[in-house]
Amino acid sequence: MNYPHVASYMPPGLPVPVPEPDGLSAPYWQGLQENRLRVQRCTRCKGWQFGPEWLCHRCHAFDIAWIEVAARGRIYSWERVWHPSHPVLKDRVPYLVVLVELPHAGGVRMVGNLLGNPLQHVQIGAEVEGVFEHHPDGHPPYSLLHWRVC
Amino acid sequence: MTASASARSLRGRVAIVGIGESEYTRHGRSPDAEFKLALKAILAACADAGLDPREIDGFASYADERSEASRLAAALGTRRLRSATMQWGGGGGGCCAAVANGAAAIAGGFADCVVVFRSLAQGQHGRFGQAPQVETISGERAYLMPYGVVAPPQRFAMRVRRFMHEHGVRQEALRAIALASYHHAQANPRAVMRGRPLDEATYDASRWIVEPFHLYDCCMENDGAAALILVPSERAKDFPNKPVFLLGAASGSDYRAGAIPHNAPAYASGGFDTVAPELYRMAGVGPSDVGVVQSYDNFTGGVVMALAEHGFFKPADANDFLTFENLIAPVGRLPLNTSGGNLAECYVHGFELVLEAVRQVRGTSTSQAARNDVALVIGGPMVTPVSNLLLGSAAAL
Repeated sequence: MNYPHVASYMPPGLPVPVPEPDGLSAPYWQGLQENRLRVQRCTRCKGWQFGPEWLCHRCHAFDIAWIEVAARGRIYSWERVWHPSHPVLKDRVPYLVVLVELPHAGGVRMVGNLLGNPLQHVQIGAEVEGVFEHHPDGHPPYSLLHWRVC
Repeated sequence: MTASASARSLRGRVAIVGIGESEYTRHGRSPDAEFKLALKAILAACADAGLDPREIDGFASYADERSEASRLAAALGTRRLRSATMQWGGGGGGCCAAVANGAAAIAGGFADCVVVFRSLAQGQHGRFGQAPQVETISGERAYLMPYGVVAPPQRFAMRVRRFMHEHGVRQEALRAIALASYHHAQANPRAVMRGRPLDEATYDASRWIVEPFHLYDCCMENDGAAALILVPSERAKDFPNKPVFLLGAASGSDYRAGAIPHNAPAYASGGFDTVAPELYRMAGVGPSDVGVVQSYDNFTGGVVMALAEHGFFKPADANDFLTFENLIAPVGRLPLNTSGGNLAECYVHGFELVLEAVRQVRGTSTSQAARNDVALVIGGPMVTPVSNLLLGSAAAL
């Protein structure tokens, strides 16, 4: 799937996301670097799961696959941040954060930034599409997934 | 032989006989080390109870408390340590569960005199409102921090926004909670915000922290400690204060509340849908029996959810119920956060709310409610696990 890319929404200096030492979420983060959004799906009961866990919460199978899903969804909730709670955000406020629901993946939700004017009117239920943001020079390299209104 | 769940109860078995706190200050203003604040609060609670601190044989706390039980026992000269319990989970979700755990140690015969406490000096150990400066992050926060969801205001605002969306809750409902807290703080000599009254215009004109939270919807960041003393109910008559009995306690969370990041099925929730009925069941009372409420106020929006889930109004009726007049002592429909709470007294992770509930039952609050035989404390909306507590006078037993 081809998705648009974006230059960094946030200034440099926020913490770089890395998988846990046990590697539980590594397929997710690796997927973002390949323009793929992956979530867990149980190979036995076909239930969706996100965030990841070692066990399917529905049928307790340990065989959970990472499935690529379309980076599309709808806004479940949102917030406009005005107070910088990290020094690097001092000149970046306001910014928009959205919680996006993926109906085609069992309704799992993703947190990301909503691209565009930070003062835009945000509508719960609005359709959004994913936009990948790559940081090949990060320490270590990483990618993020943002959203924009379709 | 297995006792039924209803027979296994703390109701009436444990009493609170002492309360005490350190001086409460803005973050960074306390001259005392955090551990010293804990010691001061514990000694104050012992003095209030007329108790030799060496008689304490149990400690209970929550939220990754740093003032650790064995160090306290050594510092206080505790003759023998018999119980040391910590409630899992961060935030204020454990402020009532810590009392329950201490009470359970007494009811179970593990201890005879438990101090429950929280000490928190954000000036020394980092402000909750500022993100930790780290290079990399993993686990839940990896899905949040790179997007600027770095501190509690951003972590909770989307839950409240969704709740407001689902139920048509207006900003004025949040504002009423802030106004009531600040109103009560003006009468409270301990309150950090005493002398800083709040009115509607000031609230409306205040800056956004994160929409839908204005500045005054957010708790303070403070240095302080608070403690209380638990004994078996049959010993309560040996202490000078009017005894305050545990009527009930509950903690926990509903289905998959801990699904990260922001994937809890009941997202627009304070987390009390299963916990509130448990509390009322143990206590044998209902919402209409409650005369006064202390509800954990990290953010006003969480208070709205928590009060609705405890049966005081339906979410759709929040705008009608949550007015300033309804929420103030002595005779509002539901006097709320009568010390000023986390918003305006002191952010001691909600433990100051537990102490205030004790004062209400004793009849010694600076904003005393007219109906005070049954007092409710609600700990930690929007985290998991959450907890709650019903306290009552002898008349309520």
